[in-house]
Amino acid sequence: MKWEIVIGLEVHAQLSTQTKIFSGASTAFGAEPNTQADAVSIALPGVLPVLNKGAVERAIQFGLAVGAHIAPRSVFARKNYFYPDLPKGYQISQFDLPVVGMGAMTIQVEPLSGNAKPYEKVVRITRAHLEEDAGKSVHGATQGMTGIDLNRAGTPLLEIVSEPDMSSAAEAVAYAKTLHSLVRWIGICDGNMQEGSFRCDVNVSVRRAGEPLGTRREIKNLNSFKFMQQAIDYEVQWQIDTLENGGKIQQATILFDPETGETHAMRSKEDAHDYRYFPDPDLLPLDISPEFIEQMRAKLPELPEARRTRYTENYALSAYDANALTATREMADFFDACLAATLSPSPSPAGGRGEQVAKMCANWLIGEVSAQLNRDGLDMTTCPITPTQLSGMLVRIADNTISNSGAKDVFRVLWAEGGDADAIIEAKGLKQVSDSGAIEALVDEIITANAEKVAEYRSGKDKLFGFFVGLAMKASKGKANPAQLNEILKAKLAG
Amino acid sequence: MSLTTEDVRKVARLARLAMNEAEIDAARSQLSGIFELIAEMQAVDTRNIAPMSHAQDVSQRLRADVVTAQNEREAFQAIAPQVEAGLYLVPQVIE
Repeated sequence: MKWEIVIGLEVHAQLSTQTKIFSGASTAFGAEPNTQADAVSIALPGVLPVLNKGAVERAIQFGLAVGAHIAPRSVFARKNYFYPDLPKGYQISQFDLPVVGMGAMTIQVEPLSGNAKPYEKVVRITRAHLEEDAGKSVHGATQGMTGIDLNRAGTPLLEIVSEPDMSSAAEAVAYAKTLHSLVRWIGICDGNMQEGSFRCDVNVSVRRAGEPLGTRREIKNLNSFKFMQQAIDYEVQWQIDTLENGGKIQQATILFDPETGETHAMRSKEDAHDYRYFPDPDLLPLDISPEFIEQMRAKLPELPEARRTRYTENYALSAYDANALTATREMADFFDACLAATLSPSPSPAGGRGEQVAKMCANWLIGEVSAQLNRDGLDMTTCPITPTQLSGMLVRIADNTISNSGAKDVFRVLWAEGGDADAIIEAKGLKQVSDSGAIEALVDEIITANAEKVAEYRSGKDKLFGFFVGLAMKASKGKANPAQLNEILKAKLAG
Repeated sequence: MSLTTEDVRKVARLARLAMNEAEIDAARSQLSGIFELIAEMQAVDTRNIAPMSHAQDVSQRLRADVVTAQNEREAFQAIAPQVEAGLYLVPQVIE
């Protein structure tokens, strides 16, 4: 029996404002409990919410980034909710008139198994709306009591709801990763998943091919992509097993336990989903003018998709390279700066070779730089070398001053000690010999001193070529230009 | 339209209101009165009128994203029934 998987996501992105959505209390992470819980956050009687412009700006920017309609008028609603982590007894959210309407995002899917090839897919975004976060409950303080920290209560969230357009765990993870990268790229959310700045709820159902949608279960609060994949895989299998054994799926909210790798239903209360939304009388409708929207559009950076296109079209980079370079905005900005610096010296040794130089920059960034960052537990924001420093080295590769292996030495020093490439090349004597006269002389000497091996080579023992290369490199103290050396050696050995 | 006692019980449960029989009965008749009024208003032709979400036809003022609140935890917690290590304590919440 062939089963189809249907997945939709709801993502809560914490907006990177200084203050809460409806009050001037700080949203800084990690403060002492309740020191950032003002009268509005703790819902003292008589307080009124005043909407934070920074939250609205970020919502508009997100909408523009996914090509969505921005509602000229949207409305805040009360969602009734009876837990002490939101002491008002309701959450202020948006219901039938959200600020961001239908949009879409293109994702690059890397299939998780088999030999399937990566592919692109468009995922529709149903809507995105503004709402406030709840506080935190701390269990196990005093026996029989729950501790409440309201620092997080009132933190602005953008809830981004997708259409059920994904049909595998790989697609769901690709969507979540693309969204995660986008919100950081446009600077509306720090994306810190450990601190809960980016939380995913995943709706999963299965159906037999061609049949109507099955009943969905919602996996709540996934805070890592790895858990998301594990949770979906487990849940899908559980639903299929249940249905194949003649069971029925009940709509439910479920949690993923990373310890066991299993999902299990939360105790569901009767009426739990009867939130009885109604317009919040404390808040007037939010009007967004075309001018406001245009201001926000002007503030948006070049988006990842546009940059990928620029990289593949202007520099003939592969889709793989373009993707890797646009994983974060810091990475892409580093690449742009480094490429510009490498191409800029006038007359540049790299001039007129934009594509080649772009490929070289990309290789170093995706290769050596990323590997070093990984090894040292750093990221692009804390990268110890600047685009200018890397470019200084790339220019010397491009003009044949250093070989690739020489460049690795330069890179190690740049990384560990800083400085500039030219000084390092000088100090370490890494300048390669590209003077063909010098290389020829060196090769002649070797041929004379190894007449026997030369004879063997000439009688057909091609494998000896490597032996000669080794000797020549050694004789040049590793400084001979490898391409040139190969060429000269080949010509001379041929006799 | 008239509400049943069961309707009132359900609404009371959703709103976490504990009501005795006499209160339920009183609420039922009051709420039914409100629904009758609504039914009467349904007769008004509103086809060409955009719905409002607020009684006042003005729009939301926006606040600059600047911290203005001070830490007033001590004052707030002075009137809380129970606190510990800066946390407000409430009867245990079980999910």
